[in-house]
Amino acid sequence: MTTNHLLLIENLHKSFDDNKVLNGISFHLDKGETKVIVGPSGTGKSTILNSINMLVRPDEGKIYLENIEITSSKNIHKIRQEIGFVFQDFGLFNHLTAKGNVMIGLTRVKKMKKKEAEEIAMFELERVGLSKFADHYPAQLSGGQKQRVGIARALAMQPKLILFDEPTSALDPELTGEVLNVMKKLAAEGMTMLIVSHEMGFARTVADEIIFMENGEIIEQGPPEKLFTNPDHERTKEFLLKFIDLYYEGV
Amino acid sequence: MNLLGIIAKDIEVIVKGMGDLVTIFLNSYPILFRGLMVTLLLTIASSIFGTIFGIFLSLGKIYGNKLVSRITTLFIALIQGTPLLVQLFVVYYGLPVYGINLSPVWAALISFIINSGAYQAEYLRGSIQSVSSGQLKAGLSIGMSKWQSIFFIILPQALRRVIPAWTNEFIYLLKYTSLAYIITAPELMGEAKIIASRNYEFFKTYLVVAFIYLIVVIIFTQIFNYLEKKFAIPGFEFER
Repeated sequence: MTTNHLLLIENLHKSFDDNKVLNGISFHLDKGETKVIVGPSGTGKSTILNSINMLVRPDEGKIYLENIEITSSKNIHKIRQEIGFVFQDFGLFNHLTAKGNVMIGLTRVKKMKKKEAEEIAMFELERVGLSKFADHYPAQLSGGQKQRVGIARALAMQPKLILFDEPTSALDPELTGEVLNVMKKLAAEGMTMLIVSHEMGFARTVADEIIFMENGEIIEQGPPEKLFTNPDHERTKEFLLKFIDLYYEGV
Repeated sequence: MNLLGIIAKDIEVIVKGMGDLVTIFLNSYPILFRGLMVTLLLTIASSIFGTIFGIFLSLGKIYGNKLVSRITTLFIALIQGTPLLVQLFVVYYGLPVYGINLSPVWAALISFIINSGAYQAEYLRGSIQSVSSGQLKAGLSIGMSKWQSIFFIILPQALRRVIPAWTNEFIYLLKYTSLAYIITAPELMGEAKIIASRNYEFFKTYLVVAFIYLIVVIIFTQIFNYLEKKFAIPGFEFER
């Protein structure tokens, strides 16, 4: 099967025991696009990201990365190198410095020479504004700094796309800003990103498209302006309005 | 005799007793030293190889397939469920039945490695499971295989956390090696028994030996405390 999409997801289903988490999810992502998945908690947003990286095996459905079906791929480690993943709880390796965290994938997975890996690591840390903190261990960094190291680690592998799983939901508003700024910069640079987030303001300004899902299904997807101002579904309006209320409350 | 006199008498007895201990030590230190070397050899070798064995056992138990996991679980339960002395006897007196004749020191070494390996496997298992599962997931997410993630991400953290438990294990081993005298391995306790049976000073000779064990234990505890601090991950130090 051939398509022009960087990522194509077809009819994804997943249950955990009796709990149906994904119920026929289909969408696609083109090169350079940023899409943000929004929706109430427990609707399977993170499961989609985990499925794309094969950290969770879908029960049914297909996922293609550049026309290669990854759902049936034997070489999943190779495919994971091409898909960056940024975790809600950062997932930094606690025993390594910021630089070590960014380098380890290059030296151990890509078998790069240490010096070369170090140069790339410093470049990526500079890109997220943390070159001064290269020798700090995760426990010595703030939440926002940790997440930026997480982003640098994903970037260093030169992935075709990066998945962000609620990257700022463990951060206070101030720290959230510094992480979102890095992500905005990446979007502007043309990085392909799929983001699960509750940051509606960010979604509205950065996303090319917003995917609203609930109960394992996509209710509606489209450009942010349309979803925020004139959605097709009542439920979309209801959900997004709550956030807008929150956002402008007291202003 | 007044109170002062009693105390003076007691002090005299103690000083004389101490003098006797020193005399016994001076008369037999070459033999005691030889015994101590065997004790240290048994302790250090069996803790090093026991550690390696323990790493394999715990990885097999946690990450191995069903069969490997069952076998390692059963093996650990078997070793932990039987006395060390019985294990020593099985290796030293039991194996010759099948044509395997081991010297006392080798028999002791093998028993201690197997025994310590089983205990260390369980210490390490606890420590591996205390490293969050998110770390494994993060390793996989950058393209590492499961075993790469285990070796480069999980183990380096788990091994640091297990150092305090290993300190205990080392100290236990150091003292358990004294059991090897029963199968005639010439370690510190075995040599002490020979010295005591010659000079008939059982109480004082064993007291000298007890002091030697105590001093060695104190020295090694200090070494391990130093290692624990040296390998601590910045930001994860234990607050004192």
